[in-house]
Amino acid sequence: MYSEKVIELFRNPRNMGEIENRDGVGTVGNPICGDLMTIYIKVDGDRLKDVKFKTFGCAAAIATSSMITELAKGKTIEEALQITRDDVAEELDGLPPIKMHCSNLAADGLHAAIEDYKRKKE
Amino acid sequence: MKRIYMDHAATTQVDQEVMEVMLPYFTTYYGNASSFHSYGREAHDAMEDARKKVAELIGAESDEIIFTAGGTEADNIAIKGVAYKKEKGTIITSSIEHPAVLETCRALEREGFNVTYLPVDRFGMVQPPDVESAKKDETIIISIMHANNEIGTVQPIKEIAKIASENGIPFHADAVQSAGKVSIDVKRMNIDLLSLSSHKIYGPKGVGALYIKKGVKINPIIHGGGHERGLRSSTENIPGIVGFGKACELAKKRMDTDVPYLIKLRDKLINNTLDKIEESYLNGHSTKRLPNNAHFRFTAIEGESLIMSLDDKGIAASTGSACSSKKLEPSHVLMAIGLNEVEAHGSLRLTLGRENTDEELEYVLEALPEVVERLREISPLWKKDLEIEKWRKEMEKR
Repeated sequence: MYSEKVIELFRNPRNMGEIENRDGVGTVGNPICGDLMTIYIKVDGDRLKDVKFKTFGCAAAIATSSMITELAKGKTIEEALQITRDDVAEELDGLPPIKMHCSNLAADGLHAAIEDYKRKKE
Repeated sequence: MKRIYMDHAATTQVDQEVMEVMLPYFTTYYGNASSFHSYGREAHDAMEDARKKVAELIGAESDEIIFTAGGTEADNIAIKGVAYKKEKGTIITSSIEHPAVLETCRALEREGFNVTYLPVDRFGMVQPPDVESAKKDETIIISIMHANNEIGTVQPIKEIAKIASENGIPFHADAVQSAGKVSIDVKRMNIDLLSLSSHKIYGPKGVGALYIKKGVKINPIIHGGGHERGLRSSTENIPGIVGFGKACELAKKRMDTDVPYLIKLRDKLINNTLDKIEESYLNGHSTKRLPNNAHFRFTAIEGESLIMSLDDKGIAASTGSACSSKKLEPSHVLMAIGLNEVEAHGSLRLTLGRENTDEELEYVLEALPEVVERLREISPLWKKDLEIEKWRKEMEKR
């Protein structure tokens, strides 16, 4: 059902945890549906210096969270905003169709964290 | 990696003795039980011997048993059979039935029948007084499962069947999970229709049975050559039926040793899990539950990732989380006992079997706390106030 990459990242998620002195945080999903993701970002200049996550949900939710942190880390804010849900799914060698909608929220989480950072900066 | 199977409510392995008695019926004795020649007679005799063994497990007479393709088919034949015979009326059932019963009732609703879905208490128990007050003159059947497939709650079906019988209403029980684990005597318990499945009791898949008490009239829903007293046409699955018969014989013979053994393992599993894991809870009833069922919920984690993590450690289990279901909805049983969606997502079912050992249990008791702890480390909900009402409002906004 899941690709090898999803299973590997579910078993060994990268960048799991909170960032203490974060610059932005984004929470997406709803635990009632079974998925809740929080993405934390640390910004240096216009680059994402660090990206971490915490996720409640299925293996796909955990794997996509882990993947977004890897995709976004080191990117500029503008580049990070270009990352889409489809990019995340593609990097994971695909997700089961049923999981595409509910568990593939990580890109939204990243974008929400960036919005939060921008709001705080203003 | 060694594997540990703790999902016996889903299915069981075919017992070696069962398989051995089945084998000759694939090749040597392959006759059609309806044929008049010796091949046919061999098949017919084997089927009748199996019918007797199935009947003996539940205290019925042989001629009150019809073979089906499984528990789901038996439930369909029983409920639709009575409904079509009566042509109209109300069905009483519970809100925690297996989909084989619930979806059959929903289909009949679409055909114009009325259905009353009784609530259950927080332990998953149907209250007999609720049955008493729900019954009406137009009630045509009451169908309540003997034991729940998810949380293992054993229903007071003797009391419910008594209410049905006093009011002249046929009573059906789905006993797919309870057969061989809780003693059943259809006569003493006043049961009119009872569904059984072979593969839950170490028999082969694709075979089940329906007990129909003498005098209870049902219409067939499968039409054809008139097999099984015209109630289930189709050439009988002789190897399956022979295996099912043997499985029933073994279940009856082994109940006295299996049940106390399973209860001992189950209670150790439950007590140690609740002890070792913070914010872990038992779903279902503490005593009125299947001897092999342990059903937990763990705060702040999701069931699909839980069973995947256990699978990584070689442990086969199951969950009521929406994320693992085809419909992406949390278990209707867990919602009916009053859990919220998040609690339902964090559920885990471990169902034991006679081949599970104490050593396997020790391994599970080591692995489970580690897995739960890891997922809680990842979870943003752990040690946080859930604020379920806030999330519910969010849902409504969508």
